[in-house]
Amino acid sequence: MFQQVMDIISLWALPAILILILTYGLVKKVPLYEVFTEGAKDGFKVAINIIPYLVAIIVGISMLRASGVFEWIGTALAPVLTFFNIPTDIIPLMLTRSLSGSATIGVFSDIAGNPESAFYTTTLAAVMVGSSETTLYVLAVYFGAVGISKIRYALLAGLLADLAGIILAILICRVMFLN
Amino acid sequence: MNYIFYFLIVISIIAGAINGRLEDVVSAILSGAQTSVKIAFSLIGIMAFWLGMMNIAQKSGLIEVIAKLIKPVTKRLFNEIPEDSPAIGDIAMSFSANAFGLTNAATPIGIRAMEELQKHNINKTSASNAMCLFLAMNTAGFQIIPATVIGILVGVGYPNPTQIIAPTLFVTTLAFTFAIIVAKIFQKFWPQQECEVK
Repeated sequence: MFQQVMDIISLWALPAILILILTYGLVKKVPLYEVFTEGAKDGFKVAINIIPYLVAIIVGISMLRASGVFEWIGTALAPVLTFFNIPTDIIPLMLTRSLSGSATIGVFSDIAGNPESAFYTTTLAAVMVGSSETTLYVLAVYFGAVGISKIRYALLAGLLADLAGIILAILICRVMFLN
Repeated sequence: MNYIFYFLIVISIIAGAINGRLEDVVSAILSGAQTSVKIAFSLIGIMAFWLGMMNIAQKSGLIEVIAKLIKPVTKRLFNEIPEDSPAIGDIAMSFSANAFGLTNAATPIGIRAMEELQKHNINKTSASNAMCLFLAMNTAGFQIIPATVIGILVGVGYPNPTQIIAPTLFVTTLAFTFAIIVAKIFQKFWPQQECEVK
């Protein structure tokens, strides 16, 4: 029942928004086509504007991933995680989660697709991925679009929220799925 | 951002050299740069579509209506932004799109919100409190249904994938609240400079 309701919401959310925007516009006598194309013109400009910011961040992160630093951190973290009884398979996910969306999905697919992964590990990984957004990508795109380079505490706040998410995911999964 | 950029690149090179992976690190420059442009170009079409739709929503006054509905919440959170600013409506629309998992719509709408917030910003190169709060909330990734994750779980034959919805919602809601609190505390410690010191 719950799942069916959720499926219907997922399917209809976008069409419903479109019908609402267009119908409301028509009722308020907005020239829909002209106003749409006028707004859409900015699409190209915005996408091009964020390229320099994306290049800076994505090149940096790609280099970091290729360098093997994550393996060092993983080795350093492993004893700590084992002490708290957290599966060490989850480490790469914790590291990439805030940095790279495609890498996170890749790592998650690896964990979920590996038949040797325990049910608990897959569940914990799923909750971690589902409850997060790629912090660095969001910051690069959004700040890049308006040309802001001094980001003050935005990154620190985002990463702390990510860390809180990781800890909460471990706690809730332990309560719900590990008996 | 200067230090982050510096350390990302310098640490990668040093670590790559120690691990004997310098070649991989260097080729990552090319692949990373290509990925960035691919992402930006793939955004053009969908960005144009949603910016067009949002323009209709704004001209018709729909965004104002939505902004009024959530005013009691946003008045407290974004207290530096005038109540009748389109930024408030854009922020609300952006979070709704995120909550329903419409990532493609959420990014263009979020960028529009940033442009509106920029109009109220006293220093155009430095992030305002409202921007930092908006992005901190955004990075907590509030989402009602984690569709991508469920899709992958279904693909690998995980038993009853929808059972992760409840714990995920719990985590993301708390992380979201935590992000708001952290951003509100931090804004006192990192005051925004009024204009560039040169």
